Amino acid sequence: MSPTKLNLKDKYKLLTRDLDWEFSYEDRQEAFPYEEFEGIKITDWDKWEDPFRLTMDAYWKYQAEKEKKLYAIYDAFSQNNGHTNVTDARYVNAIKLFLTGVSPGEHAAHLGFAFTGRQMGGIGARVAAQMQSIDELRHIQTQIHAMSHYNKFFDGFDEFNHMHDRVWYLSVPKSFFEDARTAGPFEFMVAIGFSFEYVLTNLLFVPFMSGAAYNGDMATVTFGFSAQSDEARHMTLGLEIIKFLLEQHEDNVPIVQKWLDKWLWRGYRLLTLVAMMMDYMLPQKFMSWQEAWELYFEDAGGALFKDLERYGIKMPDYTETIKQEKEHLSHQAWWTFYQYTHAAAFHTWTPSSDEMDWLSEKYPNTFDKYYRPRWELAAEMEAKGERFYTTGLPQLCQTCQIPMMFTEVDDPSQVAYRESVYNDERFHFCSDPCKSIFDNEPEKYVHAWLPVHQILQGNCGGGGLDKVIEYYHLDNGAANLEFEGSPDAERWKQWKGVA
Amino acid sequence: MTIEIKTSTMKPVRNTYAHIQRRFGDKPATRYQEATYDVHSTHNFHYKPLWDQERELNDPARTAVVMADWYDLKDPRQFYYGPYVQNRAKMQETAENNFSFFEKRGLAAGLDEVLRAKIIETVIPMRHAEVAANLNNMYGTAHGTGTAVTQALIFEAMDRFGNAQYFSKIGLALDDNTGSSLVEAKQHWMSNPIWQGLRAYCEKTLTIKDWFEAFIAQDIVLDTLINDLYYRQFDVWLTANGGRDLLLLMEFMQQRAKESQRWSDSVLKSVVAESEHNANQIRAWISTWRIRAQEALAPLANALLCEQALAEAFSVLEQRLGKVGLGH
Amino acid sequence: MSRVQIAFQDNDESRYIVAAIEQDNPTAVVHYEPAMIRVENEGSLTINRESVCEQIGMDWNVQSLHLNLITLTGHIDEEDDYFKIMWNN
Repeated sequence: MSPTKLNLKDKYKLLTRDLDWEFSYEDRQEAFPYEEFEGIKITDWDKWEDPFRLTMDAYWKYQAEKEKKLYAIYDAFSQNNGHTNVTDARYVNAIKLFLTGVSPGEHAAHLGFAFTGRQMGGIGARVAAQMQSIDELRHIQTQIHAMSHYNKFFDGFDEFNHMHDRVWYLSVPKSFFEDARTAGPFEFMVAIGFSFEYVLTNLLFVPFMSGAAYNGDMATVTFGFSAQSDEARHMTLGLEIIKFLLEQHEDNVPIVQKWLDKWLWRGYRLLTLVAMMMDYMLPQKFMSWQEAWELYFEDAGGALFKDLERYGIKMPDYTETIKQEKEHLSHQAWWTFYQYTHAAAFHTWTPSSDEMDWLSEKYPNTFDKYYRPRWELAAEMEAKGERFYTTGLPQLCQTCQIPMMFTEVDDPSQVAYRESVYNDERFHFCSDPCKSIFDNEPEKYVHAWLPVHQILQGNCGGGGLDKVIEYYHLDNGAANLEFEGSPDAERWKQWKGVA
Repeated sequence: MTIEIKTSTMKPVRNTYAHIQRRFGDKPATRYQEATYDVHSTHNFHYKPLWDQERELNDPARTAVVMADWYDLKDPRQFYYGPYVQNRAKMQETAENNFSFFEKRGLAAGLDEVLRAKIIETVIPMRHAEVAANLNNMYGTAHGTGTAVTQALIFEAMDRFGNAQYFSKIGLALDDNTGSSLVEAKQHWMSNPIWQGLRAYCEKTLTIKDWFEAFIAQDIVLDTLINDLYYRQFDVWLTANGGRDLLLLMEFMQQRAKESQRWSDSVLKSVVAESEHNANQIRAWISTWRIRAQEALAPLANALLCEQALAEAFSVLEQRLGKVGLGH
Repeated sequence: MSRVQIAFQDNDESRYIVAAIEQDNPTAVVHYEPAMIRVENEGSLTINRESVCEQIGMDWNVQSLHLNLITLTGHIDEEDDYFKIMWNN
């Protein structure tokens, strides 16, 4: 009798799941000590469904092919001075924001998945997390290399990692990833694996990459879409982990719901930067923030939550708030950066009249009513040589760390403020969800490194604004301030032969 | 519209990122440099890790060894992600060809039954030990300092997982893809006395808290011995005992081990050379783990080769340690 | 029922895959966007290895889908012979 051969599924099981074993000589808990403190109950790791069946040899093979293609394009890009093919030098500021704000987050994700890829007790989940960890390393490295050429010709890229640890607005993404990494392994998986990768990643990558495609930025399109090909695996892992936790034990449901409520909001707040990038920073626009939100969140996210209903999971309460905010978000964010661009590593500018017309068309309920007048005034002042900057320091939200700039949902003329008292100290928030995230874990969030507090306490170079700018390694007069008249703008004119 | 670009105006404003300039000067940098140096976050951490409230999120104090600059631990292979996967893709292609040659020519059928049983008993269970190697290196990636060493550690971790799968595939090549040899091999791993020492050693390493100690116990002490036993001495034994065809299936692991040892040697060398404090700490770890390794491997080495095999492997470990100034 | 979607890098290989999708999923809607091809369908969408092989005229491994994939929504069911995404509602 000839023995039965294995099909691919069983073979993968033998090549992965079967490698683990029951400990006899040590307490398994000593080897995987962080599995229980979050209150998550795992009754049987064998129930884990492998999201994809990639053995290491296949991983090396496919990833090598992707890398080969990618670096061939990088080489061609720099050999042909590809940076001169973008629509306009203003565009480059969008990718400065990407390198300083997003790329270090890839590295944080790499370390976070290395942690869960070591600490989760089930080998199937662990291996999937490990593959994601090494993918995230790929992403930070390919991004550094993609931007390496731009860095040679534009200001604002060169101190990206020094800045990420220090500059005020970069504490928004930094604190986001550190919040996830300082949590336990399962919260990290729900935070980054599911909420960020599965639900929100399309709103980060697709807008940046489509924006790059519309604006002639071949290097960014290429790394972005090449990275996204890993993302499809990551999204699948995110969805599997949620299903697994919810199916393991009913006591997990409220914990997971609490994490979803927290992380979808944290992620959404982080995307404020993307909203502003899409609506204001792309010379050639392709889609408004509102449209992207509707397509990638309301549509796709809606279907997802309908699917999760059977576990007793519901869409977070605040999605109505987000719906209201989508018509305001980008305008409020760009206005904030416009005022504080002297302390930022990218340039800002007033939208041109064509751009304002586009914004009116995309935001018929809000732009002309609330935001156009501001921009017209700003443009007027600029024409008179009185470009407007705000010198005071803004108050930051203790949770998301964004300056208080969001308005009340029912009154766009009123900036929203919330507060909580913990251990006799008063803490400030931009919104109800940010307040409730703090209220759930005040002992964690009191440790937030809030840039404005730190400046006031003299921990950022001490003294005045000039000292802070020095502490940031911000090349004053080159990397910051208004775009018009910047060295970037001047060089661009030279390359393009415009006087 | 045609654009005329004057070469004189297309001169770069700078050659590389500022932190790379600070280390190597303002000149064109290699991709390894830009992908590696100062990528780890070092300042202004926001929250206390719930799983380690005593330390910062990225904290060099997660090991007892101390480096003024963790980026001294440069990888001599200069692997960042791209070259790493491309190098391994080439090696796996050779391995894939070797495996399919072995299968197509029915080489398994030509193996003596005793030898086949020996492979299943003394070689295939290594696939489980490789999982411990995967986890110990992953531990270093998660808790180590500086991308120079943490990226090399994840490459090692993924390699070792690949090894676990290659050992398994040797089993599948011997059992006509039924998986029966893997079931047998797992029983050996779980209860055959020759494996219990190594299994206990592996389980013990997984409880180590100091990531550099895990590197010493795994990549230096254990791997040096295993590499010598399996990829050198057993290679010779197979050639002499009618198992030459099996060498085809071991080639990936053998080559990889040799290459990876260049990296782990250089890590060890830099850390030892840094200070007497480091050298003493590492000596202490090695003296503990070598005793455990001696106990763990004696029955296995004996079953795989002969009584003297382990002593020979230990002399290779001595030489290796001697080269980095850790000799007796 | 909810919509699923999948997007590919706009390149030659993807065109064959998309052609196979169109053949096997008659209700699928294909959007050509900058550098990207996005396909939507109600409920589910299947990519069959056979159909892609026919389109390319060569062997094609389902896992090599990952080379050109940009994003997707829905649950995944991946086998030797097909790759399927779907919602369970």
